[in-house]
Amino acid sequence: MKTDNHSSFIFSATDIEPEIFLDTAGSRLAAGGRAIAYFAVPEGAAYRLVLAVAFDRESRVEVYSAPLGGPFRSLTPSFPQLHLFEREIYEQTGYTPEGHPWLKPVRFTGANDKPGVADFFSVHGSEIHEVAVGPVHAGVIEPGHFRFQCHGEKVFHLEIMLGYQHRGVEKRFIGGPGPRDLRYAETLAGDTSIGHGWAYCGAIEALCGVNVPARAQALRGIMLELERLANHTGDLGALSGDVAYLPTASFCGRLRGDFLNMSALVCGSRFGRNMLRPGGVNFDLDYALVKELKLRLETVYRDVENAVSLLWNTASVIDRFDGTGTVSKQAAEGLGLVGPAARASGVGLDTRRNFPYGPYENFTLAVSGSGDVYSRAYVRWLEIQKSADLVAAWLDSLPEGPVSAECGDLKPDCGAISLIEGWRGQICHFALTGADGKLRYYKAADPSFHNWQGLAMALRNGEISDFPLCNKSFNLSYCGHDL
Amino acid sequence: MIKALIARIKQGYRTMEFPSPEIKLPPRFLGLPEIKAAGLEKAAAACPYAAISAQAGTLDLGRCVFCGACAKASPAVKFTKEYKLCAGSREDLVLGRDGARRARPVPEDLRRILGRSFKLRQVSAGGCGACEADCNVLGTLAFDLGRFGVQFVASPRHADAVLITGPVTKNMALALRKTYDAVPAPKLVIACGACAISGGPYSGHEECPGIPADIPVDLYIPGCPPHPLTILDGILRLIGRVE
Repeated sequence: MKTDNHSSFIFSATDIEPEIFLDTAGSRLAAGGRAIAYFAVPEGAAYRLVLAVAFDRESRVEVYSAPLGGPFRSLTPSFPQLHLFEREIYEQTGYTPEGHPWLKPVRFTGANDKPGVADFFSVHGSEIHEVAVGPVHAGVIEPGHFRFQCHGEKVFHLEIMLGYQHRGVEKRFIGGPGPRDLRYAETLAGDTSIGHGWAYCGAIEALCGVNVPARAQALRGIMLELERLANHTGDLGALSGDVAYLPTASFCGRLRGDFLNMSALVCGSRFGRNMLRPGGVNFDLDYALVKELKLRLETVYRDVENAVSLLWNTASVIDRFDGTGTVSKQAAEGLGLVGPAARASGVGLDTRRNFPYGPYENFTLAVSGSGDVYSRAYVRWLEIQKSADLVAAWLDSLPEGPVSAECGDLKPDCGAISLIEGWRGQICHFALTGADGKLRYYKAADPSFHNWQGLAMALRNGEISDFPLCNKSFNLSYCGHDL
Repeated sequence: MIKALIARIKQGYRTMEFPSPEIKLPPRFLGLPEIKAAGLEKAAAACPYAAISAQAGTLDLGRCVFCGACAKASPAVKFTKEYKLCAGSREDLVLGRDGARRARPVPEDLRRILGRSFKLRQVSAGGCGACEADCNVLGTLAFDLGRFGVQFVASPRHADAVLITGPVTKNMALALRKTYDAVPAPKLVIACGACAISGGPYSGHEECPGIPADIPVDLYIPGCPPHPLTILDGILRLIGRVE
């Protein structure tokens, strides 16, 4: 069944015969589809499998579902992009995806699970050694476990085990909307508060059938792009620090904060907390604030340009970035990577262009080619330029009118998909309502869910000392994955 | 090289003075709340985190995520722009009619052991990344934590204190315990953010049991996330560098 971004659909219309479900899924993925959600909803004593496939070029989403009562055929061998979805289904239902090559816990939620304790791939032979890192890392950073199979400095394989941050957020949406929901969304990945907050609001608004006023959409756009500016600037600084080029590292550390402070000027919170609400936004801008934001944007952007241009003009930086941690376009497409990481491998996907929403019109894409750390850094710089332009344009031409609309009751027995381009890439929230108009199920996918395997691929045949650099070039969220 | 030097001149000197009466937070910033007894019932009903008790006339800063729902519902709660929020005990976080008490510095003998250096081992245990980011930012040139002799270190063996963020998930309980055990005594513990103090947005989740009772907390820093200045103020207060 076809649907659009941010619109509701009757959930029963997605039902297809269980016998043809997996074949349909396979054929849609083979036709160029990208899985954006694949999960099992409890239904009676068993489950219902739900698959949402995006066709990026046609801006189309298709949703299929069928009852699931036992083990099912794994599609991962043919479509690696499903590997984590199927592991998640296995962990949550206990039904085995038969033929899955790598069936291990995702979030260690079982009663007898011990976090990080599972079979790891291992390479055998003389002079092969294994390096284990984490869950507690050297810096101020979230926890995760990394296991490298090495020959000297050369990395044959990196296996990433997460789940340490599992807080059980998704299931708390069920029965809602409730008063805690927005903060749950904002803290799915705390540095993407606007991205996930907007995705949540988008899902609820679609289910209510409410139209968000144009002014609210533009204000959301400003906040989302400020979030992107802050994170990309911070990451370019951190990348610079990882190759021991300290000028850009220290300048960008401060400049990231300047963008966060612009968000705080709008809503009081550096992370954009409390800005959004289903139906619109909580804070408006008056003339004085618009003027102040424009002034700050101009000066901060000028300093960012100054700081970042040093990177491209410094041989030691370029030498270290260039050719390190390459992810081929084929691998990126095969694994379903999203966001700047995908665009750096030449994949032309950006939700703002492919599934336009809110204030985004005629968005053009920033793609930078070869899949290495240099490309992932450079694509961030291209996006910084684009985001600064967007914010400036919206500040110049804020539509008049109210900043929020009243949300009514949710339509019963419906579903809605809400796609937002967060700074890490595409965020997907999938909400389902029951007959009572309450949320029956809620599924959130952070871009990190797709991209962690990309990081593992980037390390293949690299050196163990490339890891911090590669890791920062992706800068993925642990809690966004662990939920 | 010459380009880096020119850039350095253009970027200028950006480290803020701290503490300083000049520090200004944005007009919409939600800092220390003030409460009045009249009309507190409505505010209590609006709080999804049970931070407000109308009966006792209190607001628990440790449970507050600063969403502002209470202030919207009732004029009994008003948020000021005061960023100094830390407390030395869990009870001191509960705002009564007489206001909160700020953290007191650690005893003189411990301060003598620390000298002018205070090293922190940060452990994120279910944190969403925001508290972590606001700790990280203290290391940038804007705040320059190092000038106060405070530093985040990689090894717990080098640390004087553990700074915990996040609601301490079941899956991080063992790693937190091992890190805490690896820090040599005497050691301090800082709970940073609503999650670490009370579970915050995740309070009541069975997945998030929180900091175990036998790990004593010496400093509580409220917020969701706390402003970097709130964290800086708390740390410096603990080691007696500000009063």
